[in-house]
Amino acid sequence: MNSRLGWRKFVNAFMLTLTGLCALLSVSVLLIVLGYLGWNGWQYLTWTFLTHLPAPVGESGGGMANAIVGSAKLLLVAAVTGIPTGLLGGIYLAEFGGRTFAFLVRYSADLLNGVPSIVMGIFAYTVVVLPMHHFSALAGGLALGVMLIPVVLRSTEDFLRAVPNPLREGALALGASKWKAIATIVIPASIRAIATGALLGLARVAGETAPLLFTSFNNQFWSHGLNQPTASLPVMIYQYAISPYADWHRQAWAAGFILLMLVLIANIGARLILSRKSPAPRG
Amino acid sequence: MGKVTEPEVMIGVPGYEQPVEDAEKQAGGSLLKIVVSRLNFHYGPRQVLFDVSLQILQRKITALIGPSGCGKSTFLRTLNRMHETVRGTRAEGEVLLDGRNIFDMDVVNLRRRVGMVFQKSNPFPKSIFENVAYGLKINGTMRRAQVAEVVEKSLMRAALWEEVKDHLHKSAYALSGGQQQRLCIARALAINPEVLLLDEPCSALDPIATAKIEELLFALTGSCTIVIVTHNMQQAARVADQTGFFLLGKLIEFNKTDIIFKNPARKETEDYITGRFG
Amino acid sequence: MSTIPVSTEAQIPPRLLAPRGGLSSFLQRLRSGDEIAHLITLAFAAATVLITVLLVYELWIHSALPRQRFGWRFLVTSTWDPVFENFGALPFIFGTLVTSAVSLVLALPLGVGAAIFLAELAPPRVSQRLAFVIELLAAVPSVILGLLGIFLLVPFLRSEVEPFLKATLGFLPLFQGQIYGIGLLAASVILTIMIIPFIISISREVLLAVPVDQREAALALGATRWEATWRVVVPYAKTGIYGSIFLALARALGETMAVTMVIGNDPRISSSLFAPGYTIAAVIANEFTEATGNLYLQSLVELGLVLFLVTIIINAVARVLIVVTTRRGTGRP
Repeated sequence: MNSRLGWRKFVNAFMLTLTGLCALLSVSVLLIVLGYLGWNGWQYLTWTFLTHLPAPVGESGGGMANAIVGSAKLLLVAAVTGIPTGLLGGIYLAEFGGRTFAFLVRYSADLLNGVPSIVMGIFAYTVVVLPMHHFSALAGGLALGVMLIPVVLRSTEDFLRAVPNPLREGALALGASKWKAIATIVIPASIRAIATGALLGLARVAGETAPLLFTSFNNQFWSHGLNQPTASLPVMIYQYAISPYADWHRQAWAAGFILLMLVLIANIGARLILSRKSPAPRG
Repeated sequence: MGKVTEPEVMIGVPGYEQPVEDAEKQAGGSLLKIVVSRLNFHYGPRQVLFDVSLQILQRKITALIGPSGCGKSTFLRTLNRMHETVRGTRAEGEVLLDGRNIFDMDVVNLRRRVGMVFQKSNPFPKSIFENVAYGLKINGTMRRAQVAEVVEKSLMRAALWEEVKDHLHKSAYALSGGQQQRLCIARALAINPEVLLLDEPCSALDPIATAKIEELLFALTGSCTIVIVTHNMQQAARVADQTGFFLLGKLIEFNKTDIIFKNPARKETEDYITGRFG
Repeated sequence: MSTIPVSTEAQIPPRLLAPRGGLSSFLQRLRSGDEIAHLITLAFAAATVLITVLLVYELWIHSALPRQRFGWRFLVTSTWDPVFENFGALPFIFGTLVTSAVSLVLALPLGVGAAIFLAELAPPRVSQRLAFVIELLAAVPSVILGLLGIFLLVPFLRSEVEPFLKATLGFLPLFQGQIYGIGLLAASVILTIMIIPFIISISREVLLAVPVDQREAALALGATRWEATWRVVVPYAKTGIYGSIFLALARALGETMAVTMVIGNDPRISSSLFAPGYTIAAVIANEFTEATGNLYLQSLVELGLVLFLVTIIINAVARVLIVVTTRRGTGRP
């Protein structure tokens, strides 16, 4: 009996250690990513890098200024198209929705969410690039915007539903019409969480490369307006990383560092904001 | 307009009109603020109110009592059509406010005239000032000085001004439960309703907070008609001019409070008053 | 004082509440702006549905040529010849399946093990902090993992891991052949890194959703913590864990950048993990802008359609499995 119990205790301790190692290993991957990228990326982050255009192929020097601006431009287009759609759609689901149509909307959003990003790129290609006969920042931004919709829609709906019903009733009982109650009470009560959800969505699409490969494509120079192809951080990282030039590799590290920092800061910030409790009425 | 006449004993059978002075009746029943005739209410397939008829007197306090689930809260919420915010509800019958059917009115307008205070206080996540000013702001912009004046007056009527006058911009959630409920009353009063509906406003409060609210209700009757649902019989006996007793969706008896409590006409009423059942 | 005579019949006929769909109610709502708000939000919600429908439609019509030309043979042909316009999806389906399968084999024990540790065995504060960090890993963009893949993982595989595997397990065809560093194994490892956070976070949630009384019953019978976890809690949450696997699989199938940076991009079907390969997502990424001719381009689109359909189905299965478990966990009396 004793040895059996001893064996069981051993197994217990062993498994505790083993699973703990699994967890540790998983955590350490992120730390390795951060460490390696930080070490390599930080070194090569120069002022030139931030402010210059790419140098011609093979030449050293140059920077990714156009890629930084290009990514910002793409995110702007994505935000302008994706966030209002998701926001208003989420308001519909939370405040107005009928049963079957709401189910259809939610299902579509989940479907869109699960679409591989490369396929989203194909979609934007057929809908924007083909009719325009050229690559454009608009196409890339729209691809990202469509990816943003389901994220914003679901999070908006969830956060609106979390607003307690007594608040809605209080507003209605004071003579507010339904839309006024939503606009003046329900949305302000959840706006912080909704904005954070949108921010998380933006952070996710900011790092997407695949949908841009044949929509916004790439650009050695500045792109003007939305009608031209544009450089972007993720695409540049990709191109430079697979190139044979050491200098380009260094720039890829620097760009990767910037991108990762932005994404992580947005994520950590968003989760911190969400986890802080909003003011709740006392009993 | 003639003298106010005390209504006689009425047995709660649908179809009876409350006996009143003829002159009053011909003048359009200005004594009667709300007249409910044969109100039936359904939650989906289930009926919860059966042929309820009563008349709420102007500028008096009317209490509705009865055991849990008897329909008194449902009835109250019909008076400002709050039941329409829930799917699947159906109200049939006639409810007249100053002679006009509330179901034909613009519901937003109705709710400005008939305000409501809920069982659990529900202040908005805003400052004390913003809470009270909310009704004013959404019902039309007013100048800042005017808003501030109305906020002060409303907080006074709700007997809360002294306690919060130096903290108007603090969050409403910093107040105690009783204070929050008085804040909700002030919020409702700010738009100057003709009727104030209160749904068990003191059920979550301690006796001192309850007493404060009962006091301010008395003061309000000068300008406002009050209908209060309460499961606390003593409260009804203390504050109300008229009381209605509900049981299983039916209005069993409706009369002057004195009569209901001292000399009820129906056995069910007597059983409830004397505590013979829950 | 006069009383109106008693009558048992109603003197005022009950009037129906103005039906919600009625004209006067509609006009009221219109005036108050509610109807407009309803319509505007409905329009944007409908836009979501329309976009989804449009997506499927575009994928369908822009893959018409190869579907007509090749039919079902497309899925089982292994030639990918742009010159002679003979396109078959088999090498890419092969590469996609192999890399996803191997990554699941690697990620499953690691991920479930870590989830078990976080949900059952670790103190709650530790568990929360670690779970947070692991979720951040899911936020790392694919291209950055690819960057690390090229410069860190591939050399490491080439110089240490693959020779070791060849030396010890070289009798298996899986570990034979030329060592490049890049290839199916490299892609599988990268995919493992990418899907582990999903397996961990979902498995952890379903484990946490198991009712406390299950665990307590086992412990009260004298089980060790591990035994209570492994024999009672984990089986209870089994379905949800399967769900997390499906979700991770769906994610792995669609991964593009990190994979294409380390897989070698060679439409080869081979039995060795050391060999280069190609996945559906990778070939689309690489060849889309260089595709000459409609058939070539549309074949790539058809690949995208295949990937889309497979991902949708797997995601749907995953969702059902996860919902079933969490509902069961909270629905028990």
